[in-house]
Amino acid sequence: MLENLWSNRIPCAAVLLFALGFSTLLLHPNLIKKIIGLNIMDTAAYLFLTSLGYIPGRLAPIIVNGDTDPSHYVNPLPAGLVLTGIVVSVSVTALMLALTIRLYDRYHTLDLDKIYMMARQEQGELQ
Amino acid sequence: MNFACNLPLFCMVLCLLCAVISSVLHSTAARRLTLCLAGAVMSMNLYLLIWLLRGGQSTSYMMGHYPHPWGNEIRIGIVEALFSAAFALILGLCVAGGRTQLLRDLNEKKTNLYYAALDLVLVSLQALCYTNDLFTGYVFIEIGTIAACGILMIRQIGRTTLAAVRYMIFSLIGSGLFMLGIIFLYAVTGHLLMPNLRQAVETLWDSGSYRLPLLTALCLQVIGLGIKSGLFPFHFWMPDTYGYATPASAGVLSGLVSKGYILLLLKIVYDVYGTRVFYASGVQNLLYIFGILGMIAGSVSAMREDDLFRMIAYSSAAQIGYIYMGIGISPAFGILGALFHILTHALTKPAIFLAAAQLSDAAGGGRDLETLQGAAHRDHLAGAAFALGALNMIGLPMTMGFISKYLFADAAFHAGGKLIPTLLALALSTILNTFYFMRALIRLFNRPLDSAVERVPMRTQVSYTVAASVFGVANLAIGIFAQPMLSLLSQGLEQF
Repeated sequence: MLENLWSNRIPCAAVLLFALGFSTLLLHPNLIKKIIGLNIMDTAAYLFLTSLGYIPGRLAPIIVNGDTDPSHYVNPLPAGLVLTGIVVSVSVTALMLALTIRLYDRYHTLDLDKIYMMARQEQGELQ
Repeated sequence: MNFACNLPLFCMVLCLLCAVISSVLHSTAARRLTLCLAGAVMSMNLYLLIWLLRGGQSTSYMMGHYPHPWGNEIRIGIVEALFSAAFALILGLCVAGGRTQLLRDLNEKKTNLYYAALDLVLVSLQALCYTNDLFTGYVFIEIGTIAACGILMIRQIGRTTLAAVRYMIFSLIGSGLFMLGIIFLYAVTGHLLMPNLRQAVETLWDSGSYRLPLLTALCLQVIGLGIKSGLFPFHFWMPDTYGYATPASAGVLSGLVSKGYILLLLKIVYDVYGTRVFYASGVQNLLYIFGILGMIAGSVSAMREDDLFRMIAYSSAAQIGYIYMGIGISPAFGILGALFHILTHALTKPAIFLAAAQLSDAAGGGRDLETLQGAAHRDHLAGAAFALGALNMIGLPMTMGFISKYLFADAAFHAGGKLIPTLLALALSTILNTFYFMRALIRLFNRPLDSAVERVPMRTQVSYTVAASVFGVANLAIGIFAQPMLSLLSQGLEQF
């Protein structure tokens, strides 16, 4: 059991980090901390993905000195996926930050619960 | 390879191109471009569909000359072509029908960006229908999420921005879980293309090794897509999102975006795990139970809601529940019902949202059922469209809703153990649907409370008339002559 845990330490750490980010994104009322949680969550997934492609003792998959033997290199595919994922998470973070700015301009707080109460009041006054 | 096989990729590139062009166009031009794009995408997909029906083989389309297992692929089949065409049509109709409210809700300078976001929604729907690669699916899920948030937040009132934040949070949680699921699957199998994944998964499943990681990956993917499409108990973002968006966006979000995720889930069921493994894993029972709970909970919440738009939004939660229940019942018949219900809901809910917006305008901008009393007398067309949509959701015979309920019941008869709960759930949910839709209909068609309000009929925009008529005719036509559509869907499922 413990040996299994040790040999899978990177996936375990990734899943723990993922859970940490996940719960922050879901439960924390502060919008900025939610966005930080989102980034921890995504980064944890990339950590897991990167660790899948890494093979100890091998080189980065860039051909130098004409060495085309694939067994000398690590698997480049996960790195490509991580790059794609980073682009996605950057754009999502940017969008969340833009929304946060808009909400802060209007309600002068970052606490989502308070904003929700204020928005409801605002609507009650309209009707 | 036939010329028609190039069309899906061409459609997606065209959508992306139009999105870029829209961002520098004037708002009217951008609107026309989006309408033309929706028309073009629909016609190309219909052409592909006809080609497939005339004996064209469903094929995999290799991208960039990299053969599998390295390259990326598009999979071309009847279901994919049919749903892409339907999605493009409905998106175009939403834009046409919601024109009055779009002009009112949107900032003139930013309107072209709204249409750019709509083009991106269309490309993500196309890609979710056609992709044969799990990671591409993930990327287009995120593109869809960002674009959907764009068409939601473009209406700049506090409640909508708040709804956009909540929508984003739930969507991001869903896509995060989905991505973790893909990574687990990749760690176990080493593949991302669906056919290779399916081979590997079936081999592993039969040998009995790596059961736990496979199940974890499946659960993560199912839960992720479930959260994103609003499966109970994750439907709490729906009333705000659909209720406060501009009606065209509400139609697109409720009718199309959530359906794109469900289609991807069906692809995962069929092409990644295979129905044999999926229905042996027990995850389908999870979908079944939460689907039924969603049907009931969505309807109960809708009953307690006085705001017409939020009521319709909660009804969407119930309809999503129907679809998941169908997936949970059985592979062939249940999924046929689920596919048909995707079509039913996609053709009905946008029509209801657009009609509700017209009625609300006719009643001077009210949202509560009380202030809307008698609104159907001021706008007859919207009143009729709302009534047709409501009857459809209730499932009156001769409507599409009836056919889907019939299909679910039929599937339950073939599935043995799930017969009694399915029938009970269908009956209870139909009663609840009838209750809240009838309450709304009676209010709308009643005599107006305030006789001082003018009772002259509103002048209806031509674009709304066209959209409402197409929605109505399509609904009735498929509802009355359901057999061709059903045989098309079951033929598509055989080669899905």
